[in-house]
Parts: sequence; C-alpha cells; structure tokens
Amino acid sequence: MDTNGHNSQITIALAGNPNAGKTTLFNSLTGLKQKVANYPGVTVERKEGPWTLNGKTANLIDLPGLYSLDATSLDEHIASDIIRGEQAGVQKPDAIVAVVDATNLERNLYLVMQMFEFGVPVVIALTMIDVFEKQKHEIDIEMLSARLKTPVVAVNAKSGRGRNQLAAKVQEVLHTTPVVPYEFNENAENAGPNGKIFSRYNFISEVVQDSVWHSDQKSHRLSDKIDRVLTHKFFGLVILVAILLVVFQTIFSWASLPMDLLEKGFGAISDFVRAEMPPGILTDLLADGIIAGVGGVVVFLPQILLLFLFISLLEDSGYMARAAFLLDKLMSRVGLHGKAFLPLISSFACAIPGIMATRTIESRRDRFATIMIAPFMSCSARLPVYTLMIGAFFGGQYVFGFISMGAVLMLAMYALGIIVAIVVAGILKRTVLKAPPPSFLMELPPYRLPNLRTVFQNMFTRALLFLKRAGTVILAISIILWALMYFPRSSQQSAVTGQPSAAIATGEVSSESTPLPESEQLKHSFAGKLGHVIEPVIQPLGFDWKIGVALIASFAAREVLVSTLSIIYNVGKDEGAESQTLIAAVRDAKTDDGKPAWTPLTALTLMVFFVLAMQCMSTVAIVRRETNSWSWPLFMIGYMTALAYLGAFLTYQGGKLLGFG
Amino acid sequence: MAENTILTNLPIGREARVTAVKGEGRVTRRLMEMGVIPGVAVQVVKMAPFGDPIEVRLRGYSLAMRRTEADAIEVSF
Repeated sequence: MDTNGHNSQITIALAGNPNAGKTTLFNSLTGLKQKVANYPGVTVERKEGPWTLNGKTANLIDLPGLYSLDATSLDEHIASDIIRGEQAGVQKPDAIVAVVDATNLERNLYLVMQMFEFGVPVVIALTMIDVFEKQKHEIDIEMLSARLKTPVVAVNAKSGRGRNQLAAKVQEVLHTTPVVPYEFNENAENAGPNGKIFSRYNFISEVVQDSVWHSDQKSHRLSDKIDRVLTHKFFGLVILVAILLVVFQTIFSWASLPMDLLEKGFGAISDFVRAEMPPGILTDLLADGIIAGVGGVVVFLPQILLLFLFISLLEDSGYMARAAFLLDKLMSRVGLHGKAFLPLISSFACAIPGIMATRTIESRRDRFATIMIAPFMSCSARLPVYTLMIGAFFGGQYVFGFISMGAVLMLAMYALGIIVAIVVAGILKRTVLKAPPPSFLMELPPYRLPNLRTVFQNMFTRALLFLKRAGTVILAISIILWALMYFPRSSQQSAVTGQPSAAIATGEVSSESTPLPESEQLKHSFAGKLGHVIEPVIQPLGFDWKIGVALIASFAAREVLVSTLSIIYNVGKDEGAESQTLIAAVRDAKTDDGKPAWTPLTALTLMVFFVLAMQCMSTVAIVRRETNSWSWPLFMIGYMTALAYLGAFLTYQGGKLLGFG
Repeated sequence: MAENTILTNLPIGREARVTAVKGEGRVTRRLMEMGVIPGVAVQVVKMAPFGDPIEVRLRGYSLAMRRTEADAIEVSF
C-alpha cells in the first residue's frame, strides 16, 4: 500500500449514493471548517474538511454523490480518478468511508462492491438505521460485516452515534489491503460487457438475504401516502404550482427589503467616499466604478440566498425529484430534462440563481441547454425598462376598452421570451448540444425532513461562491464600462495629466477647465463616441445615438438603461424619485435633426430588444463559471444579441410597413 | 402460465420479474447498475400526469424512467 511517507497527513474519501445522507455525515464529521472549490477544468464540486482521527487530523474528501464508479458520467470519472490517485492535486485516499443507506441496502452496496475492486480499504457507515428499524426491519450488522469482509458501523449524524467507532475502524483498516469478497462469475449466461454487474448484484442479494429480516414486507410507509397526493395526476400539478407561487412570492417580497438596504448602503458608502476623498479620478473610479459596480452585484445576494434556501429544502425533502417526475413529459418535448423546470422558473426572478440551480441536472448537454435559454425568461431587471417604456407611450390605453395596454404588453414580453427559449432549446438540442435521447433514470427518494444544518450550509456555500467568483469578473467589467463613460475627460485639466486612456483620445480638448455637466461628458466619452459609431447599425431599429449610448451601458445590467437615459436627457440623478420627469423627458426627446427620438413603435422595439438581448454582465460571469469556459458565455452573448437585433429589426420595420411610428 | 411482456405494458401494481434488459448502450448499462437485472422483482407504481415517465419499484426503492427506457425491459408475471 501507498504509505505516503513524504506526507504524514491521512486522506480519507467519503463516497456514497445520492440521498444516502453523505452530506449530513460530512458536515457532522468536519464541522464548519470545510473548503469548497471546483476540480480544475470541470464544474464538479470539490469539498473537503478536517476530520480528527485519534488526535490526528485527516483530510476528508467528499466525493460527488454516485451510483457507480464506471466513469460514464463526469462525476463518476472524477470520483474514480480520485480513488485511483490520478486526480491532479488530490492525494490518493488511504481509506474510503462508504455511506450506505440501510433502507436501500442493495443498490447502495453496489457502489461498495466497486470500491473493493479499487484496492483501497473501505469502512461502511450505515445511515438511516433508525428509519429502517422503525419500518420493523432488522439488520444483523455483524453478519453484514463478516460477509462483506469489511467493518460496518451504524451512524447517526444528528445524535453523533457511531462517530467514534467510525474513526476507530478507519484507523484499523489503514494500510491493510481489502479483500474482494466475491468472485466474478465467468459462466456463459452472465458473460458479456455487463457480466460484472450481474456478479456484483448476485453477491449482494445473497448477503442481504443473510443479514436482513423484513417482518412486514408490504408495510404502507408514510412516504407512499404523501406521494399519492403529491404526484397525483391532477392535485400533484395543482400543488406544484402552489408551491412555486409561494416560493417566488416569498423571494420577491422577502428579498426586496434587504435589496433596498444593500442598494442604499452602497449608495451611502459611495457618498462617503466622495465626501472624504479629494475629487479626482481615483475617487470617481472608487465611487462610480468599483463601489457601484460591486454593489450592483451584491444586491442580488438576498434573492440568491432565498432561492437556495428553498431549493435546498425542496431537494433535501425529496420533493424536487417529484417535481421533475411530474413535469418531465412537458420538458422533454423541448428536449430538456424535467429538472430544468425549476431553474427556468427561477430565472423569472433573476437568471443568476436560475443558472446556478442547473447543477441538479446531471447530463452536461441538458444542463448547458438550460443555461443557454435561462436569460430569455424576463427577469426582474427588465421590469424598470418595460415600466418606463409602457409608462411613456402606452399609459392609460386600453384594449377592448377595459384591459390595460400595459398589462397586455407586459404579458406579451414574457410570452415572447418563453417562446423564443423553447425554439432555441429545440434548435440547440438538435445541433450544438445534440445527444442521444437523454436518460431520465432518476431515483425518487423517500420523503424526509430536511436537515436544517445541511440546508443552511448549502445556502451559504452557494452565496460565498457567487460573491467570490462572479465578483472578480464583474469588478473588472464594471471598471472597463466606467472608464468608457469617463474617458476622455472633456476638461483641459485631465487631458494634461497624461492618463493612458486619455492619451488614446482623439485630441479633442475643450477650452474650459471646469468639468462639464454629466450629459456633455457622456457625449464626449468613448461610450458616447461608440454611440455615434453604432448609430448606422441601430438606425434600422429606429434608435438614435443617444439611445445607442444607453444600450451600450445597459450591456452591464439591463436596468442601467434607465439611469443612463436620465443622464443623457439631463434628468435629476435619482431616477427613482424623478421617474415621472424621465417619462416626460423621453416623450419630449429629440434627435439631432429635431425629430422626436421616440415613438410608441421605438418603445416597443426597445422592449423586444431587451427581451432577447444578453445584457447582464453578472449572468455572463456566472455562465463563465458554471460552464468553465469562455466560449459558452461568448456564444450566448453572440447569438442572443443577433436574435435581439433581428427581433427589433422585424418589429420596427414591420411596424413601419403597417403604418405605425 | 407466466405471461411475457415489456415493463411499459405491465399493469400498474402487478409484480413481475425481469427476464431481460435489451440493448448495449449507456442507458442499458445505467439501468443495470441501478439494479434492473434479470431475476429482480419489479412493480410499476404509477405514471406521471401525462402518462410518462413511470415510477418503478425494485429492491426496496423507487426509480423513475421514461417509457422509452421501460420498453427495453422484458418482464414475466
């Protein structure tokens, strides 16, 4: 055996089926000192933490939840690499703690059989034993251990039962060589590529028969009764819709207060910086670039925490698998997995938590297809844009005399997003993400009360990952966008300072030395120039260069359109309080040749553009992280922008042909 | 006299034994790894609202699968 003489720290791998209680056991063994990261190059999560074994600290690695080690999925590939000691950066484990659910012994033991074959010593941690005994079954742990030729310890993460014994047994098996307790049956009947599977299961059946007694085979379990209601053909769907409504209503109403507070907080920090620091580039960068940029991302945190609270609760209780079961038929028509439903619904609040929630989808292609269409769901950041456009051009209008035009348009925008998403998913699944008909095979675990500690730990882990990873990329992009709107300075003073960005400027130096009003500065900035540059491109959409500047800025975040338009049209800085005047300003705005800059048709075109365009750098950053490549987010920006342009073009030109605008 | 059919056509609630799992690919392999191998007792518990997927009970747990997957499983009851 590998004794790792150069490194005294012992490495233990924790492995088991999904839903076997592995995460709960991991949390109870390592406490709060765990580290979460990704394995390099893939999105499989790497979790590890310290576990005290007889005074010495071992490194406990939590392997992804698995059904098999045959390396057909990415998770299985990583797990078998780790056990073989072939995963870069991870020490070959000295022993494996196999988490086995006593209520689902046969299938859980299958994975253990494979572990034996890897030649690493194994200790079995038997979970759910209390549930098992409540169901009037009995298990002979000594017999099980003797037949499997490996130690078996009954554990209960909550009460701490078996924790010390587990540590003792792990120490005992270190540096021993495990015995594979069965032989491969080579006879003709079971030969072939799947022959090993037969041999493993046949042996398991014998072992279970010898060590387990079922006193009442057909006992009606509570779980089955709950299931009869929750997956009922009619009531099941009604309950699902009701649960989703409650979840999203709660996310919206509970998140709004902390989000407001965060927004105000960052505003206050920014004001404080302005007040305390001497005016200049550094102060502007800090206040408008860094603090505003990071603040714009951190405000999403309450929504993310809440959504993941609910997702963890739904998942831990076993309901999530039922929701996927109920909806798979609908989703499979578009080539997606039933599990894609919740991430997509979540994206109506915000695509960021929605995209993070796709992790529950095992098939990489299904998951990526879901990620690629999630931003079409009209998120809450589009609302201010819709509201402004509807308020300015469609307010007080009615369809059939009583249905408000605003409501109809709003609904139409949501519907447009959904329809395009369905079409795009269908196309992606037939082309770039083409795969053999995906397997739906999914365990429906028994309903269980969620373990609150696991739920909260999961929630905070997600939040931390969001802040850490997305934060760095978003910070960089905010600084770039800020610079585009800030440089070149139109006053003489900054032109002489020889800032690198100013040096590239076209040499346009204003005669004044006092800073220009914000709208003038924007006009002369790189962003303003870009607005002029793209004017020929956006003219067929009915947009002038000023709208172009706002469009460019809104690629940082959709709602930025509103604040940018306020700056361009010289409306008071606080767009919330002054939105009434912004509506008036938009109505009165003129193009450079004196014609009205906006018509109802332009407003509609802009809304269509916003439904389809990828204008959210936080989403780009999160897609980069979740797909672990730049090509997917770039592809997303590319095709969504193309679709948005096409959609806007058809809307504007079609509208003009029909005599509107 | 035992009746042979595919799992898709097994009446709900009726217990049967798997006689064969057809096919060679990844899905077949995964089915077998989940414990669907010849000789095992299975039972269709219910169908989802739109008739697909189905819930199958075996080895003391519940496995959801699409009809296309159940088509490959031959049973006898």
